[in-house]
Amino acid sequence: MTLLLAGLFVVLAGGFLSLFPRSSGLLGAGGAVAGCLMGLVPAFAVLAGGSPPSLRLPWAVPGGSFHVEIDALSAFFLVPILALSALGAVYGVAYLQAWRGRKAIGLAWLAYNTLVASMILVTIARNVVLFLVAWEMMALASFFLVVFEHEREASREAGWTYLVATHLGTAFLLAFFLMLGRESGSFEFDRLHPPSQAGLFFVLALVGFGTKAGFMPLHVWLPDAHPAAPSHVSALMSGVMIKTGVYGLVRALTFLGPLPAWWGWTLLVVGLTSGLLGVLFALAQHDLKRLLAYHSVENIGIIAMGLGLGLLGLHYGNPVLAVLGFAGALLHVVNHAIFKGLLFLGAGAVIHATQTREMDELGGLMKRMPLTGATFLIGAAAISGLPPLNGFVSEFLIYLGAYRGATSAGAPVAVPSIAAIAGLALIGGLAAACFAKACGVVFLGEPRGAHASGAHEAPRAMGIPMLVLAVACVAIGLLGPLLMRTLAPVLIQVTALPPADVVTSIDEAARPLRFIAGGAGGFLVLAALLALARAVLLSRRPIHESVTWDCGYARPTPRMQYTSSSFAQPLTDLFGLVLRTKRRASAPRGYFPGEAAFASETPDVWRETLWRRLFAGATWGFSKFAWLQQGRVHLYILYIALTLVALLIWGLR
Amino acid sequence: MNLEGLVPFALALVLAPLLLGVINRTKAFFAGRRGAPLLQAYYDVAKLLRKGAVFSRTTTWVFRAGPILSLAAMLGGLALLPVGGFPAVVAFEGDFVLLAYLLGVARFFTVLAALDTGSAFEGMGASRDVTFSALAEPALLLGLAAVGREAGGLSLSGILPALTAATWLSAAPQIALVAAALLVVFLAENARVPVDDPDTHLELTMIHEVMILDHSGPDLGAILYASVLKLWILGGLLVGVALPVRTGTVLIDLASFLGGLFALAVLTGVIESTMARLRLVRIPQLLVGATTLSILALILVLR
Repeated sequence: MTLLLAGLFVVLAGGFLSLFPRSSGLLGAGGAVAGCLMGLVPAFAVLAGGSPPSLRLPWAVPGGSFHVEIDALSAFFLVPILALSALGAVYGVAYLQAWRGRKAIGLAWLAYNTLVASMILVTIARNVVLFLVAWEMMALASFFLVVFEHEREASREAGWTYLVATHLGTAFLLAFFLMLGRESGSFEFDRLHPPSQAGLFFVLALVGFGTKAGFMPLHVWLPDAHPAAPSHVSALMSGVMIKTGVYGLVRALTFLGPLPAWWGWTLLVVGLTSGLLGVLFALAQHDLKRLLAYHSVENIGIIAMGLGLGLLGLHYGNPVLAVLGFAGALLHVVNHAIFKGLLFLGAGAVIHATQTREMDELGGLMKRMPLTGATFLIGAAAISGLPPLNGFVSEFLIYLGAYRGATSAGAPVAVPSIAAIAGLALIGGLAAACFAKACGVVFLGEPRGAHASGAHEAPRAMGIPMLVLAVACVAIGLLGPLLMRTLAPVLIQVTALPPADVVTSIDEAARPLRFIAGGAGGFLVLAALLALARAVLLSRRPIHESVTWDCGYARPTPRMQYTSSSFAQPLTDLFGLVLRTKRRASAPRGYFPGEAAFASETPDVWRETLWRRLFAGATWGFSKFAWLQQGRVHLYILYIALTLVALLIWGLR
Repeated sequence: MNLEGLVPFALALVLAPLLLGVINRTKAFFAGRRGAPLLQAYYDVAKLLRKGAVFSRTTTWVFRAGPILSLAAMLGGLALLPVGGFPAVVAFEGDFVLLAYLLGVARFFTVLAALDTGSAFEGMGASRDVTFSALAEPALLLGLAAVGREAGGLSLSGILPALTAATWLSAAPQIALVAAALLVVFLAENARVPVDDPDTHLELTMIHEVMILDHSGPDLGAILYASVLKLWILGGLLVGVALPVRTGTVLIDLASFLGGLFALAVLTGVIESTMARLRLVRIPQLLVGATTLSILALILVLR
């Protein structure tokens, strides 16, 4: 415990030290890396089966003590948080160089390190007040990172949306925790007990944590905020920060006691909606980081589906389904942190090299940025759930749980299981389509503009974190069965099933995973052998280089290539009803046509309909109270005094 | 690992190109032609393997890796397919999910190789391929869930042998619905009529063929071979579901399986000779229809 708290301190100290004018950000990054490495030691120790360390100190804040603990669930979320934060810090040193002299880099590091520290604190806090303070710190630190480029209007807009969304979410959490604490008579996590109106609490937690996690339709801040932040921050936010929402939800479920079936159904439906709409909106984007941000919504959806199946398994006394659902969801948390971190870092390298996020101006970067291209491709294959990489392992667990439910359980379990299978299958195909598009349009073919043709490989400090994450994608694909063991204490804690049942179910699930790991190794060996055979076959043959087959057309140009918009067009047309893509075109006219143009834009449908109306209504409603706002300080002090008096009277009553 | 599964595995490696010959002969018969030799696919592969190669200057290693990874994925998929009385080389719970995703691996890299050429035609084919396959995937996986529930198994080597004549008698509508869905998936995934026309001569109308325009030599050979293996895998899946000959005598079961598979090849030839290709905008309806059939089967099984 001491080591983690010391690490926390080092992270924060690094952040504050980087405020000194002459520091180049190395102090901040160094603090983050050193602190995270220190924290990884106790986290791994707990996952390896060590007893959970805890610390309880008295403090002056009302509502219990300063209580922190690393139990299995905390440790499981801590590992990706710490690892990705360290890698992001290394990357950030090089990435932020571009703003040197123009921006207060020190402030950015302070915010980054505060974000890291607060995420650590969120996962280990065992006191409501401490948790909420850490939660708020996390929101504010990430807000300052989102508005890093505050001279751009889009960044300010994104920051504003994020600030509003996260505080609305926090409001629900405040209600959740205060009411729960009141009923339990304590604000210590270990003394919170199941409330009488558990359903209400579940909804509060779902909305509150779901806003952070990015469940649809609460995700609106996400596709704006993630692209606006610097790329290593996007990686951190998308890879692990939104997972604190999943952590919070899972933690909240442990407070709420026996659960009715509709909770599982709700999570499943939320997961299906987020997953499907997330990937569809991703398909319709042509801003690389926005596309990745929508994929976070999709993957959070997959995680929610796993959790939903797990809850249904618990409710209907089907321990295998419960274990598989939770195991798949939790493993997907880690996997998504790895490949989404990797993809955002890759996108950052592309932006660093080309100064644009517009995919339709890119192309041919594989030759100019071989390392970025290769690692991005691995990340793309992993996020599409393709074997032999890590994404397949966690999706397979959810599939396996769903197939178990669909083939051998009664209708109440079978029907949601079937829905999950259908959803996963469709999401999988669409995600593969979307990442074939992202990879193909950005890295393959010919450059579509000057931005791309002048690109250069990223500096080493940016390359190494990407390489590490890409290796992790392959490694988890090959080591899936081993990971299942580390899940056992987490699953025992989350499902509250008898440990023996959990271990049996895990062993059952690990059996197919062994085949999959073996198959993954076999696949790689087979591919290597085939590559060798190909090299032998071609070694004595004539090999020519030529132009791409162009149907005899003499003057092909890079502009004739398929773009991200045209590639996705059949699918976006097919789902046009939900996407509502806006197209502006001026067609070529006459025998010698001059200008022609085409542009498409797919704004978020929830933002355009639900939220716009809701906030327009709120603005209208609040404008009625505008007379209260006179802009005179003494009036405001009067309001405060009046409120206090009113509260006093109400208290005396 | 089931070593006996290596027998049908080897058989598939040898016989798969013959499927293409049978399809083409059937089509020649309908057209009143003599047609290419039955062994034409073997000749093609052999010839391509002996050739040199031409690469576009635009392409990178992705273009060169595509055919190899596709072939490796198909070989992996083949190892998961039980045939006749034989279990698959590798069988485990949920192996069909891996099978479906291995097909996905092959597609992903074929599509990337196509985009690597920077050709508008290949981009077009790639775009269509990912669209249609994304829609075919639910039909396949839901169909397998239905027969899995009917047979009470979670691996292909458990499900397919359990679908006996008795199961057919008790659950004919369900299995027939799944078989119909699988037939659509078979035709769509293998780029056959009515989804794609392998004989078309216009790049604009192709899907699979246009994606591989720029490959040549051994790479094209690998693609051709991988595509006949895919024909075998999905065909084998369909025959395994639709043909309930489970006598327990290895030779009879194997012979009936092979007979079924080549009958399917003839059926494919008949479909291609008697049907026109669907308009591209109609194809999603066909695939969603197949998914609907799978869902109907599931409802019947659940009932």
